[in-house]
Amino acid sequence: MTIDTNAFTLGPLEAGPPCCEPQTVIQVRNLSLHYESQAALDNVSLDIYKGCITALIGPSGCGKTSFLSAINRMTDLIPGCSVDGRILVDNEDIHHPKTDVQSLRRRIGMVFQKPTPFPLSIRRNLALPLNEHGVTQTKEVIVIIKKALQDVGLWDEVCDRLDAPALSLSGGQQQRLCIARALALNPEILLMDEPCSALDPIASGVVEDLICRLQGRYTIVIVTHNLAQARRIANYAAFFWVRERTGQLVEFGRCRHIFESPRDALTAAYVNGNRG
Amino acid sequence: MPETIPLQTKQKIRDCTAQGLIYLAVLLVSAVFVWLLTDLVRGGIAHLSWAFLTESPHDAGRTGGIASILVSTLLILLVALITAIPLAWSTAILMAEFVPVESNFGKTVRFSLYVLAGVPSIVFGLFGNAFFSIYLGLGFSILSGGLTLACMLLPILTSTAEAGLRAVPDTYRLSAAALGISRTAALIHLIMPAAAPALTAGLLIGVGRALAETAALLFTSGYVDRMPGSLLDSGRALALHIFDLSMNVPGGDNAAYASALVLVCLLLSINILAMKLAYGLQRRKIMT
Amino acid sequence: MQTDRLLTGVLRAGAVLAALVMLLILCFLLLESWPVLTGLSVFRFLTDASWHPLEGAYNLMPMLAGTLLASIGALILAVPLGIASALFIVFFAPLHLASIYKRLIELLAGIPSVVFGFWGLTTLAPLIGEWQPPGASLLAGVLVLTLMILPMITITAYTALAAVPKELLQNASALGLSRWGTVRGVALPAARTGITAGVILAAARALGETMAVLMVAGNVVQYPESVFDPVRTLAANIALEMAYAMGDHRSVLFVSGLLLMLLVMVLSAMAGLLEKRRYA
Repeated sequence: MTIDTNAFTLGPLEAGPPCCEPQTVIQVRNLSLHYESQAALDNVSLDIYKGCITALIGPSGCGKTSFLSAINRMTDLIPGCSVDGRILVDNEDIHHPKTDVQSLRRRIGMVFQKPTPFPLSIRRNLALPLNEHGVTQTKEVIVIIKKALQDVGLWDEVCDRLDAPALSLSGGQQQRLCIARALALNPEILLMDEPCSALDPIASGVVEDLICRLQGRYTIVIVTHNLAQARRIANYAAFFWVRERTGQLVEFGRCRHIFESPRDALTAAYVNGNRG
Repeated sequence: MPETIPLQTKQKIRDCTAQGLIYLAVLLVSAVFVWLLTDLVRGGIAHLSWAFLTESPHDAGRTGGIASILVSTLLILLVALITAIPLAWSTAILMAEFVPVESNFGKTVRFSLYVLAGVPSIVFGLFGNAFFSIYLGLGFSILSGGLTLACMLLPILTSTAEAGLRAVPDTYRLSAAALGISRTAALIHLIMPAAAPALTAGLLIGVGRALAETAALLFTSGYVDRMPGSLLDSGRALALHIFDLSMNVPGGDNAAYASALVLVCLLLSINILAMKLAYGLQRRKIMT
Repeated sequence: MQTDRLLTGVLRAGAVLAALVMLLILCFLLLESWPVLTGLSVFRFLTDASWHPLEGAYNLMPMLAGTLLASIGALILAVPLGIASALFIVFFAPLHLASIYKRLIELLAGIPSVVFGFWGLTTLAPLIGEWQPPGASLLAGVLVLTLMILPMITITAYTALAAVPKELLQNASALGLSRWGTVRGVALPAARTGITAGVILAAARALGETMAVLMVAGNVVQYPESVFDPVRTLAANIALEMAYAMGDHRSVLFVSGLLLMLLVMVLSAMAGLLEKRRYA
């Protein structure tokens, strides 16, 4: 894929620790998820490693997005959705009554499939969540905004029109703005739900490149339908499959193993394009 | 010999007749309404002047102007809005953002407001007289009139606001939640501003309803056409002034025409503004 | 989280208050009409010789008849005109004319009832009076009510017709149906529930309307023998007599208000059920 290098320039990125020593950040144990009485996920156990990119792959309706939403408890907002099992983030149970959902969601950023900028100015889009989390000093806010926009390569494109409406940006820029908005809160973990699928190929390439560069600094869990993309960017891959409308985890392992020497026949069929 | 007429010709005749009748109906309706409007303008414009708006009525309204009437109208309107808006909008926010549509609480409140929307204005007048004027002892006053109107405006303000809030895309709520923003903050900084045009349009529709209202004010805010000194004074609303001049004051027709023209102009501009907001809203929705 | 809980608390209080208004209205109407409802036989509203409240004669029937006649008359005129107007906007008018006419109707929906009444009083009633005195009559009331509910019927019928799926209409045309054939065979049946709901709401509006009818209908308590006879409606009666009514008389006025409200509530419940069925 050719990337128009003039389209953006990446800001200075600190190098993160290399992704070789698996250190668990998120432990998912026996996670099951129901919508009303319909099971959407059945008994999933999985470890997510620090600083790595973990791709969730599988056919539509296999529960990848549900799994992702369970990690930052967005599932709370879906009426009729119930979650069983344990999810530990940094060894803390996210369902513990003492866990504050808002600060949990600050630590775990999320990027959606479609770009979702607020109908505010570019600056305000980033400032609003910061203000909400107690960063109110104007100077401090602008420093963080600048850094976040540089991280996503948007600073040079918008630095002279920070007060323009965010909706005036192109689709790819909007998505990068949304990533910057999540990064501004300095999260440890980023959840991405098919962040490239609503973008054109060029913008998609730019965002993909950005995700690669975030590796190491953030723990990234990404849902993608694009197998080639998963192969390009992920360190680990988890393959989900759907049986009787219930999603389950079939195989989890290093990305290369999943794609080149899968243990499960179903995985092999899927990654080779024979199934799904 | 109907058999000899081919089916197609018969159909054509039927189509033309239907079309003709529809055009005739439209012509009739337009003609009557143009008649009404020209009548109002012709009758009102002669008597209308700056002095008419700034002087108080004399001789039961036959001469003088409508200044005190306008002030009373405004005060009644303000009382109504200040009371109704907090109640209506908090109900709307609760219904749209916090309570599931199918919950018993939501159903009960919605049903109650639906019934309230159908209550005839004269019944509001009866209630206002019994409750505000007599039971609460507010007498015939701007306050009782305004509070009665507030009850009347609740359903329309609530339903327009709820519809406006529901039209705000869910992605805003979800991404705000994903950023760890509290629902209160999301509401204040994102959802209310996004719904502002709809809220304003609903507010304007409410203002229009309140200005047009007569029957509910007959025995709550009363007939006194003096400049009101306080909210506990009786004050005559503009619509009531028109009624009184035309029914009870022989020779008051000119002033009534002028007052009617003022009222209609006010209402038309408010309605046009509300419609502009609503159309703008639709256009924006198509763009994004 | 704490602010969220505080906010929902405040909002809930507001919503409960708003919902209580309806209950309060019912309570006070019942409270005020209680002396008559318990003290007098309900049949007296049907069988008393006449409406002479000061002498204790409380026959409500002529006024109920006046109310129903005026509303039914207005519906007979306004329903065909309103539906024709809606059809004009959706199917028959050239585009710019449609939007102008729709604007006109929307603006007319905003004209207050007192202005309609005033116009009826100064223009319509004298005109009828020249032909068939006295002028202020059931006919004048019917005509003014027609003007008032026509925009409402037009707008609801328009909304229902515009919501008919385009594919349905295209399919009808593709089958070789003529324009009127499409309208009568496909569009009107598909929009039927919506239009009916609108008509029912308009009927409720007509029943409860006070000022316009009060100003033009002559306000004589009687069963009209022709459309040129003056009549008095229940709502107009309340407006006329509330100012000086005392004791039982006042209570009877509240009873008539209650009656009016029940009529209107039955109608709006019917409209509500229809709407629900449309979306079900």
